[in-house]
Amino acid sequence: MTVVTTAASITPVRRFDQRMLWLAALLALAILGPLLVSDYHVFQATQIVVYAVAVLGLNLLTGFSGQISLGNGAFFALGSYVAVILLSKAGVPYWITPVAAGAVCFGAGYLFGRSAARLEGLYLALATFALATAFPQILKLELFERWTGGNQGVVLSKPVSPIPDLLGNDQWLYYYCLAVAIALYIVAWNLVRGRTGRALVALRDHPVAAATMGVNVVSYKSTAFGVSAMYTGVAGALGALAAGFISPDSFTILVSIQILVGGVVGGITSIFGTLFGAAFIQLVPDLTKKLSEVAGALGMPALASKLSDAAPAVLYGVLLIVFMMVMPGGIAGLVRSARARLTRTRRNHVKT
Amino acid sequence: MQAFLHQLLSGLANGAIYASVALALVMIFKATHHVNFAQGELAMFSTYVAYTLIEAGVSYWIAFVVTLAFSFATGVAIERLIMRRLQHASALTSVIVFIGLLVAVNGLAGSLFGSSIKQFPSPFPSQAWYGTTYLSPHELGMIVVTLVVLAFVFVFFRYTRLGLAMRAAAENPASSRLVGIRVGWMLALGWGLACVLGAVAGMMAAPILFLEPNMMAGVLLYGLAAALLGGIDNPWGAPIGGFIVGVLENLVGAYLVGSHLKLAFALFIIVAVLVFKPSGLFGRTVVVRV
Repeated sequence: MTVVTTAASITPVRRFDQRMLWLAALLALAILGPLLVSDYHVFQATQIVVYAVAVLGLNLLTGFSGQISLGNGAFFALGSYVAVILLSKAGVPYWITPVAAGAVCFGAGYLFGRSAARLEGLYLALATFALATAFPQILKLELFERWTGGNQGVVLSKPVSPIPDLLGNDQWLYYYCLAVAIALYIVAWNLVRGRTGRALVALRDHPVAAATMGVNVVSYKSTAFGVSAMYTGVAGALGALAAGFISPDSFTILVSIQILVGGVVGGITSIFGTLFGAAFIQLVPDLTKKLSEVAGALGMPALASKLSDAAPAVLYGVLLIVFMMVMPGGIAGLVRSARARLTRTRRNHVKT
Repeated sequence: MQAFLHQLLSGLANGAIYASVALALVMIFKATHHVNFAQGELAMFSTYVAYTLIEAGVSYWIAFVVTLAFSFATGVAIERLIMRRLQHASALTSVIVFIGLLVAVNGLAGSLFGSSIKQFPSPFPSQAWYGTTYLSPHELGMIVVTLVVLAFVFVFFRYTRLGLAMRAAAENPASSRLVGIRVGWMLALGWGLACVLGAVAGMMAAPILFLEPNMMAGVLLYGLAAALLGGIDNPWGAPIGGFIVGVLENLVGAYLVGSHLKLAFALFIIVAVLVFKPSGLFGRTVVVRV
């Protein structure tokens, strides 16, 4: 695990004021930005928030507790379906559904993690890969068709803003998602900095030593799985509310891979890197679409159709490989080392 | 009874595909301790190459051989360019790189060949010349081709110097280096051979599954299940596991859970083997000393 081990959990709380400043600026942007842009961009921002929560779930599991999961897409799907079924069949108010989805996914993740707790590294990756590949078939089952809508999926009506004069429906949903996400980030931040986080990092870096120190391996590993599934499930529920439509084919292995790309690009052992990762997976397909429009306008329709068809996939794949070889710490790692270099030179300057 | 016999035999035919994929996975695992998640996608890409050649008017068997050569070169190139940098990488790094390869090859196939479903020709006659309808000529052909390939692999590893050198390099790299074996190139050859096996599986599976970029996703899952069932470090176990999984998949699909849950059955095998008997049926139990 040496490659991705970073100092995330042991960075002392130094230069506190400056960090708070960045955080405040980010919050201001997140809160004020959507008031100024079009509905489509608000929708995009909502998607980024949703992906950020999902990527955060993966980072807690893979980055901090060292369990490789290629199957978080399955929990994303489960969360979506729980929310949609509660909404459309049970008539539950929409704002409760993410809570319910999180609870169900925590249970499912805990059970899966418990039975997979003895699998290490590669073998866990295999098991979760199989889970994510097989999951759409389970969703299509006729047995559940009464609730899931089978192949056809389910269409939802979007949540309505209670203050239509002030905020449109899209903006209202965005702020709702943002509030949930902020709460989850605060929980994750405290989880990672505290006793639990230290136990998880110890388990990741040296399982035998951790067990000797009295860390309950099975319990911590399965709890980490449960928490990760909970985050991903909440993201799935929010995503379903934002998209307004779900079907089994929206949840192929590609969802898991997108979450993985977000984690790797942002930095898998980072909490705030997840924001970069989420923005990346949301904006790259748009970017390649723009590129293909440019190619089309320049009179290269063949290139244009190729770009729009599969370019995001190729780019995702190549970037996964390049990032692991060149900067395994992701963007967060890059920022961290740049800052470390800056402060080091400054301090040397003071000494001499 | 007839239906049962039919399910059994066509299960064996599917099993032939899984056996090839599983053997390819085991070859790479034994040499490098990595699981090649991109095995299926590489096989799919090779099949597209064969399809393009056949469409251009090349006869089937020539296209077959050219495709095998292409796959071999691709495998060697991937090992030399990407995978050799991963020799001492953690499980997380290698898994992510393999997933990256999977996505990239899948996307590349989609953009080069389009994502529409294509009909891939079978080299075998469509009418059965033997007196039974339990097994179509293509299914019989799949089994025969796979057995021939397995025999070739066996002879290669058992009776040639190069095969022996490759086995040595996988078993004990340090000592092999001391007796003059170029371990790096042996690993590259292993990758090439694994890609050839995958290509055979792809070309045999394509007439049944139809050619499209996601053709091998399910096959890979069954291949993984087969490799784990046979013991992921045992080259003998892989083909046996493949045939077992093929037959079980068909019987379970026909009589137990219905064809909609076939992939979930692969998931069940994978999790059950990993949790209850990680060494598989024929694998070596690994004891780790701490």
